[in-house]
Amino acid sequence: MSRLRWNDPLPQATDLPVLLPAAARLARNSAAQRATDAFSLHLLPAHGVALLVLFLIGCGWAEAQVQPGQPSILATLWKWTPVLLRGFLFNLAISAVAMAAGTIVGLFLGFAQISLLPPVRKGAWLTTHFFRNAPWLVLLFYCMFLLPFQVTAFGMTIPIPDWIKATLGLSLPVMANVSEIVRGAIQSIPTTQWESAASLAFNRRQTLWMIIFPQCIKRMLPPWMNLYAILTMATVLTSIVGVNEMMGLTRQALSAENRSGLLLAFYSYVLFWFFLYCYPIARWTVRLEARYAVND
Amino acid sequence: MSAASAEPIVDIRDVHQSFGKVEVLKGISLSVPKGGVVCIIGPSGSGKSTLLRCINGLVPIDQGSIRVADFYVHKLVTDQEKIALRKEVSIIFQQYNLFPHKTALENVMMAPVHVLKENKDEVRVRAVVLLKKVGLSAKADVYPGELSGGQQQRVAIARSLAMRPEVMLFDEVTAALDPETVKEVLNTIRELAQEGMTCMLVTHEMRFARELADVVYFTDGGVIVESGPPAELFDRPVKERTRAFLSQIL
Repeated sequence: MSRLRWNDPLPQATDLPVLLPAAARLARNSAAQRATDAFSLHLLPAHGVALLVLFLIGCGWAEAQVQPGQPSILATLWKWTPVLLRGFLFNLAISAVAMAAGTIVGLFLGFAQISLLPPVRKGAWLTTHFFRNAPWLVLLFYCMFLLPFQVTAFGMTIPIPDWIKATLGLSLPVMANVSEIVRGAIQSIPTTQWESAASLAFNRRQTLWMIIFPQCIKRMLPPWMNLYAILTMATVLTSIVGVNEMMGLTRQALSAENRSGLLLAFYSYVLFWFFLYCYPIARWTVRLEARYAVND
Repeated sequence: MSAASAEPIVDIRDVHQSFGKVEVLKGISLSVPKGGVVCIIGPSGSGKSTLLRCINGLVPIDQGSIRVADFYVHKLVTDQEKIALRKEVSIIFQQYNLFPHKTALENVMMAPVHVLKENKDEVRVRAVVLLKKVGLSAKADVYPGELSGGQQQRVAIARSLAMRPEVMLFDEVTAALDPETVKEVLNTIRELAQEGMTCMLVTHEMRFARELADVVYFTDGGVIVESGPPAELFDRPVKERTRAFLSQIL
């Protein structure tokens, strides 16, 4: 006998008892799929090849415009590489901090989304969907301009650097997406696990912590890693609000060089570094997805 | 049975239950003496499984009363109260529902350690004994995914036994198994029944019901059509509906 409960992912699409297990499995899988699909990042080797071609075209184009007496395009790139990589490390630092903060708060928000208390549940739902559907850049601007540039407490004035505000701005959509990942994963666990735990006299908190959530972790890992790769790429947005990360530094390098033709080479070089970092994450995610899909 | 004079451990009176507009149970009354074995048979959708779920409070009832030992199940509201009941009443499901992220031994140990707050080492000793009892000593450290259906079901039985329940409810526990493994599980249940565990079984295994049950109830359409000792119910059914059902399956 199936009964509609809060954690039923979809209404059963069939009334035939024989098909019910299959329908439940389909509904469960589609719920897990939804949680994953929202930020699927499909990086393929072909993308790397395309990037390389773009880079070579950029270099060739720039090389053709080199005036006598100017260093070659590759020498120029090489000269700027230490500066750009320092910027890239900054991108990675922002992504790591935003991911950590967003994940911690997002976990709480995700659990709040399945709370039995309607105000908590609805509040968490609203928060999640607001930050999940707001454009990242808008959130970034809000954080940059609504947060003070310094706080004064106990007679001390502590400045808040721009990059902290930017990181906070990026952690908001991360939080909302993690919240959805958590909710989706919890609801993708069959209700029979809840019943089974209840009949062994586990209370709700124990059931969630000892039985349901441990089973969620492997379902949550691939979408979470996907989210991280997307966040990493989104860190270049912070250049718009004046953070000196790789993108901002590239723009500064270009204006310092003041040469025509460098544009394509430099930006495809930036792209190349991001690809180098995100590609392994994307491949690993795909492998995890495949493995867990079989094991379920 | 000699327990007839004693107070029944499970006492169900005029239970009604509905899912939305569909009335599943339309006034069920039955009682089980301590140590008794009761089998409930009947066509699919007759409310057998729902009845078991009502007994341990997984499904609330609309009308009537259910008493198990000292618990008035229909009056239990809070989780705390239901948890107290469920320490005494175990249910075993058709789909085993083991915890897939825990080994067989951990599955058996979890509830006594975390729910009953018993000493972990003592529970481990007991769990090992229980796994041996269900014939799965060698599988203690294996995860459910690597066990056959019959083995999983026997782990589920050991897991329930670890809580030392007063009453065990079996919800079509062999329905998802192939004919050979059905026997393993039935042997385990037979042993339990012979040791004096109070058992209520919803089953389609008529031969097993005939052999083991003190009383067999035949349900259809949410009511008990007929009940009696297996010899009477199977060989001399009174009601036409019972006869029709039995002629289909025997």
